[in-house]
Amino acid sequence: MLEVRNISKSFSGFKAVNKAELDVKQGEIVAVIGPNGAGKTTLFNLITGILKPDEGKVLFKGEEITGLPAYKTCRKGITRSFQVVNVFSRLSVFENVRISVLAQQQKTFNLFTPSRNLVNKETTDILESVGLMGKGESVCGALSHGDRKVLEIAIALGGKPELLILDEPTAGMSPEETTRCIDLINQLSKNLGLTILFCEHDMELVFAIAHRIMVMVRGATIIQGLPDEVRCNQQVQDAYLGGSDVCSV
Amino acid sequence: MDFIAAICSPGMLCQVLVGLSRTVILFIVASGLSLILGVLRIPNIAHGSLYMIGAFMTFTVSTAFGAGIKGYWMAVLLAPIFVALISFIIERGIFRRLYEREHIMLFLLTFAFALIFGDLVKLVWGAEYRTVSMPRFFQGSIPIFGLPFPIYNFFLLLMGPLVAVVLWLLVNKTKMGKISKAAAVDREMVAAVGVNVSLVFCIVFVIGCYLAGLGGALVAPIVNVTLGMDHTLIMEAFLIVIMGGLGNIWGALFGALIFGITQSLGILVWPKFGIVFPYAAVIVVLLFRPTGLLKSTW
Amino acid sequence: MGEKKAVVILLIVAALFAVVPFGLPRFYVYLIALIVTTGLLSTSLNFALGFGGIYQLHHAVFYGVGAYGAAVAITKLGYNPWLSFIIGPLIAALLSVIMGLICVRLSKLYFGMLQISLGSLVWAVVYRWYSFTGGDDGIHGIPVPEIIASPEGSYYFAMIVAALSLYCMYRLLNSPFGSTLQGIRDNAVRSEAIGVNVRRHQLAAMVIAGFFAGVAGVMFVVVDNSVFPDMMFWTLSMEITIMALLGGWFTLLGPMLGAAVIVALRTFVAAYTEYWTLALGVVCMVVILFLPEGILGYVQKISKKRASAYDRG
Repeated sequence: MLEVRNISKSFSGFKAVNKAELDVKQGEIVAVIGPNGAGKTTLFNLITGILKPDEGKVLFKGEEITGLPAYKTCRKGITRSFQVVNVFSRLSVFENVRISVLAQQQKTFNLFTPSRNLVNKETTDILESVGLMGKGESVCGALSHGDRKVLEIAIALGGKPELLILDEPTAGMSPEETTRCIDLINQLSKNLGLTILFCEHDMELVFAIAHRIMVMVRGATIIQGLPDEVRCNQQVQDAYLGGSDVCSV
Repeated sequence: MDFIAAICSPGMLCQVLVGLSRTVILFIVASGLSLILGVLRIPNIAHGSLYMIGAFMTFTVSTAFGAGIKGYWMAVLLAPIFVALISFIIERGIFRRLYEREHIMLFLLTFAFALIFGDLVKLVWGAEYRTVSMPRFFQGSIPIFGLPFPIYNFFLLLMGPLVAVVLWLLVNKTKMGKISKAAAVDREMVAAVGVNVSLVFCIVFVIGCYLAGLGGALVAPIVNVTLGMDHTLIMEAFLIVIMGGLGNIWGALFGALIFGITQSLGILVWPKFGIVFPYAAVIVVLLFRPTGLLKSTW
Repeated sequence: MGEKKAVVILLIVAALFAVVPFGLPRFYVYLIALIVTTGLLSTSLNFALGFGGIYQLHHAVFYGVGAYGAAVAITKLGYNPWLSFIIGPLIAALLSVIMGLICVRLSKLYFGMLQISLGSLVWAVVYRWYSFTGGDDGIHGIPVPEIIASPEGSYYFAMIVAALSLYCMYRLLNSPFGSTLQGIRDNAVRSEAIGVNVRRHQLAAMVIAGFFAGVAGVMFVVVDNSVFPDMMFWTLSMEITIMALLGGWFTLLGPMLGAAVIVALRTFVAAYTEYWTLALGVVCMVVILFLPEGILGYVQKISKKRASAYDRG
């Protein structure tokens, strides 16, 4: 579904992403892991169009989308959540998701119908599916950190994506919140058939739910494969898993 | 500027040179504005008022010292320092607390100061215009390319590059200058390394405002010193700064040159709409290089 | 419950405004009409600034262009006044489109500064073009239709036009377009990530703001029967920004309140002293330092605090 080939991006001489490669098949849950600063967020920014790559290609469902601005990649079916919570702080939770749905339905130039009468059902559905239904009226500032991260995902869902990209979805979450998030991701994959690409630092989580894993170190792809393959790979062990022998082959 | 036109024969070169000497004033004021905008990210609308205060102060000091050459030099020395003092007070007192706010708040705050200073000048000096008489040393003209060129304007043409070089040395060759360039880009990083960013900002602000006062002092003998000189100047200074690149001294010089030359040429070519030419030039530059001709600090 | 209360309040306010010409001397009728005109101008600015997050630093240009458009159409081109009243705002909107297309690629401060340069260019042309625009004299004694020529007539005209414009903007802000615009204000990156073409929406907001500024310009022509270049000078742009800030730049009616305060202050302070600009500067500073959300914003904050205290207690 998503193919990233040979993609690079430099910032004033610093190569953040260096000829990286990524494959995501439809229906899969794929994780990108790597040490801090490996370029995972930059890679996501390049895929979704927030940054333009210096070289390389991004193909989605066979169509080239390299360098398309973010609002266009969204309309093609790719949405994302952000690592640092990036919501519409002055609006309520309900409004946040509603805006996303309105944008997806291309109703944002509707000048005269009051918003409060539109897309309420779709918004409610999304809030229910992520478990934020009771908090619809709250202003974002009043939410717990875990709820705000879930709101991030809800906003991304508003875009009716086929590919959902999550940037460190459980960063800063407590253990219960993390479990809830894992269940949510599994649910989205099974019930809605979404393809999910995410990056994380929580290794247990990654190895628990990912179908395939891509490892990035210093901007380059080291390996893409099944969890067991990755776990046993020597390079990955040295660079990231601490060189210890977690492989029992 | 009327008597200059009277001395100068209506040759194009002469017009251009006269325009250039006016440009020097614009450059000096704009470079101060550019510094403040580039390092502190404050668009200082009060800059025009400080220029005006510099001019009025020059009148006061030079008349106090007898309106001769001694009075003139004392004024050029003291008036900018007075302006720098005022700027020091407002920076420490008020601006310092607001660096974290949105730009538009800072913009409006400087506008508030511009309003207040405008009326304070009216309060102190009254509403009539003042003239600062040209000291005898500077009166008369010298021949350039066979045409008589006013000595004072020649003096200005020397002052311009002098100020430019001094500023360039300050910014690029002193430790303070290098720190301020770094602070312009990332103030948190610089603070984290242990530098007193607040002090750096204060110094840059004061120097910038000193330049405004200096511009006012230098222009005093050749214009009528009036209320309202702040309004026209500040817009021109801003346009020069944006055209040249924020925080870039050479950019301010280029911008001022372009501004002055297009204005002189404009008046020659189409007198009625002469003042439109510089604005058009700014727009053309910004269309092709939206962040200014030369690199800005942010 | 809240809706009904609001409607009742509106009706009372409308009734009060309606009887003004019968109770107050002519000067006050003129003054209130002027306040409402300036208030609408400030509100139109705030549409772009407070609700769109667009640094519309030279909004007065559209006001001046709308007014001059109507004035020139009536006096120099001989068009029907009612037609001219529509031409003015349309020209203002057209200018918004042009300026918007040029400026919208830039961010924040650069955008504002480019707008100031473009606006100053327009001002300079108007200032010099004596034959067409009256130069620095402006145009005076503009004839308007009989029914709105008297102070009372112009007053009611201003009231009705302002009310309609405010209602329009109210509907716009509550529409999906308005929500999206506020989303862009709060978080342009996120808006782009959910599929919103940020530039196009900002351009649309600027055109709407420019159009209503032009409407305010026409209102001024009717109320004052004149136009002059200062209407598009950058200091007016700063003043109306201060009005929006003073009243509350995240509210619809804030700028109206700000305009009322400032115009009233100017009229009454100027009667005692010639240092009105000093007073304005001090007011501006006080607002920025102590009331950054403006009067209405402050009121809203307090009432929300009380409401949430209710919920908890």
